[in-house]
Amino acid sequence: MSDCHDCGNCAVVAGPLPAGRSSARSHVVAIIGPPNSGKSTLFNRLTGLRQKVANFPGVTVEQRVGRARTRGVREVILVDLPGVYSLNPRSEDEQVTRDVLAGEMPGIPKPDAVLLILDCTNLGRHLVLAAPILALKLPTLVILNMADDLASRGGKVDTAELAMQLGAPVALISAAKGQGVEKVFQFMEGTAGGTAPLSAPKVELPVLRDIPKCRQWAQQVGYGAAYRAPAPPLWTRRLDAIFLHPVAGIAIFAVVVAAVFQTIFSLAKPIMDGLQALIETSGHWIEGALPDSVIRSLLVDGVWHGVGSVIVFLPQILLLFLFIGILEDSGYLARAALIADRSMAKFGLQGKSFIPLLSAYACAVPAIMATRTIESKRDRLATILIAPLMTCSARLPVYTLIIAAFIPQHPLLGPLLGTQAGALLGLYVLGFAAAIVTAKVLKSSVLKSERTPFVLEMPPYRMPTLRSLGIRLYDRSKIFLHRAGTVILTVAIVLWVLLHLPLHNGKAPEIGQSFAGMIGHAAEPVIKPLGFNWKIGIGLISSLAAREVIVGTLGTIYSVEGTEDSAGLRHALQNELSPGGAVALLIFFAFAMQCMSTVAVVRRETGGWKWPAIQFVYMTFLAYVCALATNEVVGSGVLKVIARL
Amino acid sequence: MMQLNVNTAADAARNSAFAPKTLAQLGRGESGVLDHLDLPDDIARRLMELGFLPGQEIVPARSAPGGGPRVYRVDGSEVALRRETASRLILRSISKGDNRKT
Repeated sequence: MSDCHDCGNCAVVAGPLPAGRSSARSHVVAIIGPPNSGKSTLFNRLTGLRQKVANFPGVTVEQRVGRARTRGVREVILVDLPGVYSLNPRSEDEQVTRDVLAGEMPGIPKPDAVLLILDCTNLGRHLVLAAPILALKLPTLVILNMADDLASRGGKVDTAELAMQLGAPVALISAAKGQGVEKVFQFMEGTAGGTAPLSAPKVELPVLRDIPKCRQWAQQVGYGAAYRAPAPPLWTRRLDAIFLHPVAGIAIFAVVVAAVFQTIFSLAKPIMDGLQALIETSGHWIEGALPDSVIRSLLVDGVWHGVGSVIVFLPQILLLFLFIGILEDSGYLARAALIADRSMAKFGLQGKSFIPLLSAYACAVPAIMATRTIESKRDRLATILIAPLMTCSARLPVYTLIIAAFIPQHPLLGPLLGTQAGALLGLYVLGFAAAIVTAKVLKSSVLKSERTPFVLEMPPYRMPTLRSLGIRLYDRSKIFLHRAGTVILTVAIVLWVLLHLPLHNGKAPEIGQSFAGMIGHAAEPVIKPLGFNWKIGIGLISSLAAREVIVGTLGTIYSVEGTEDSAGLRHALQNELSPGGAVALLIFFAFAMQCMSTVAVVRRETGGWKWPAIQFVYMTFLAYVCALATNEVVGSGVLKVIARL
Repeated sequence: MMQLNVNTAADAARNSAFAPKTLAQLGRGESGVLDHLDLPDDIARRLMELGFLPGQEIVPARSAPGGGPRVYRVDGSEVALRRETASRLILRSISKGDNRKT
């Protein structure tokens, strides 16, 4: 029954897998590889859009699971494991990887097969990971990625010989370009069909705890497979000469940041205006198509305007994620962390805090999860505590709305930067400043610690692929629209109800007499010193769920009130807020922790309510005091004086 | 012989061809061979996984603008370390004296 091929003395174990393990459920394949080996690119290539992101149960490590489109009979479930150099469980990442492969991770069945992906331009070092993986005795395909780089830089490897050395099949591919990926599918079809090619390695596996021995083993295997390392990556060195240049490097860093903000504003505007017009037109259309009733009011004023006013910001948020994606995929982000390390060290942090903090510009929730790459517990906690002060994309709708309504557009630095983009950039800087001052205070008091070493691998520069950027944007849109369809929809409906009750003589009340109005009026004494009236108060309370909800809330309020004209929310706000109150509102949103998802993730990451509670109180206090001061200063006419000069 | 002019440890290391050199003392483009890592076990193991193994040749490359961490070429990849960490990586003393290229 053993269908051993004509390969003489290599004992190929090929036969049906134990029936109980593989026939009833899906075929589970784990993808593992060192950081920067192209693991995620391969995962995206194999699964396309059929993937979801979650967390491994009980830990903070992100888990990506997808379905591969194999031609085989059963579906193949792919589990993307975190990037690791070894299976010695020292970090949470390595622990998760080890547990999943051993079948000890609750909720995840033991993998039926393993895809081990290695960067073949650096095979000597990456092969070290093959030793502990092959020792698991699971059907394994060794994937040598970056085949195109290897060839263009004059390296080579004999894959057939490498397969003999390792006792496992080897595929030479380029995940980014899709070359050779069919071999990966063939392997999965084979293992799903019950054939599991695995033979004894020709070179005996080393003692896994002994790193020098493992490295020697990898050297020996590479030598046996006639591996010739490629020439150094010349382009990476040339680009580093520019991007890490003492003067040009810092100038480029500054230009990149400014250009990103300017583009987010100017490029997104026509798209957003178009979307806004579309939502308004369709709103009118629905209004015309339905008879005048409570249902029509709920649909148009509540749902359509509430949710619509948030969806308008999708293009802008996607542009921000597109830029972060390009920076990350191109390899520039690692250089940025390097440039930032010295400055971060001044505030008691390190360059590695820079990457979570930069992703906090998109959203604090993944940023807080990304802090797990920081080994020092105290550095990590400090980074978690300051991350929500960075300007996340949920603040963008609020900022854009108020800036567009209150700040006139003038050129500031020629065509590169206008006043509106400048104001936005200023708010980003403000959030960053608050974050680093807070970090300094924390790190020189309660979280004082020894400086921890900064160790960061510099990946070669690569051209980001449209495919991987596209998948990122697709993921983000899905998450954003899901939120708009759940949290924001719920708030919009609840708000509409609160705005229409209690009934007066069977009719909806004036807004001031509604339940929502009563809540707003009750909050007014507290927020009046900040320059906010009771309507803004309703918005602030509703935005405790998520920041961008305030835009939807105000959209609903003004829609119900009937003050919304063609210029929309912007126009209504100009009548509602004084310039002092408007700037104070921006400052309030810069500092306040108006996000339940962040509170929840901090609680989970820090293992209790203590730190999220401290963080919430601190940020709300900071927001209140600074907004109060802003309203006083701007209200006293200081800005008018400056404007006249 | 009375050793009245006692140099500081740093001076001694710089002046003597026999005293062990650290990675932090290498200039850009020079190369050195790692002897051992004078670091706590967990950090040493992490660096070893990245290629900083005794016997490996290491070449310093660019550093971040403004004197930040330096990038080192080791075992086919580039890894950035702060000066304080690099000064704990002790190099093998070269019997020929100086390995500087001109």
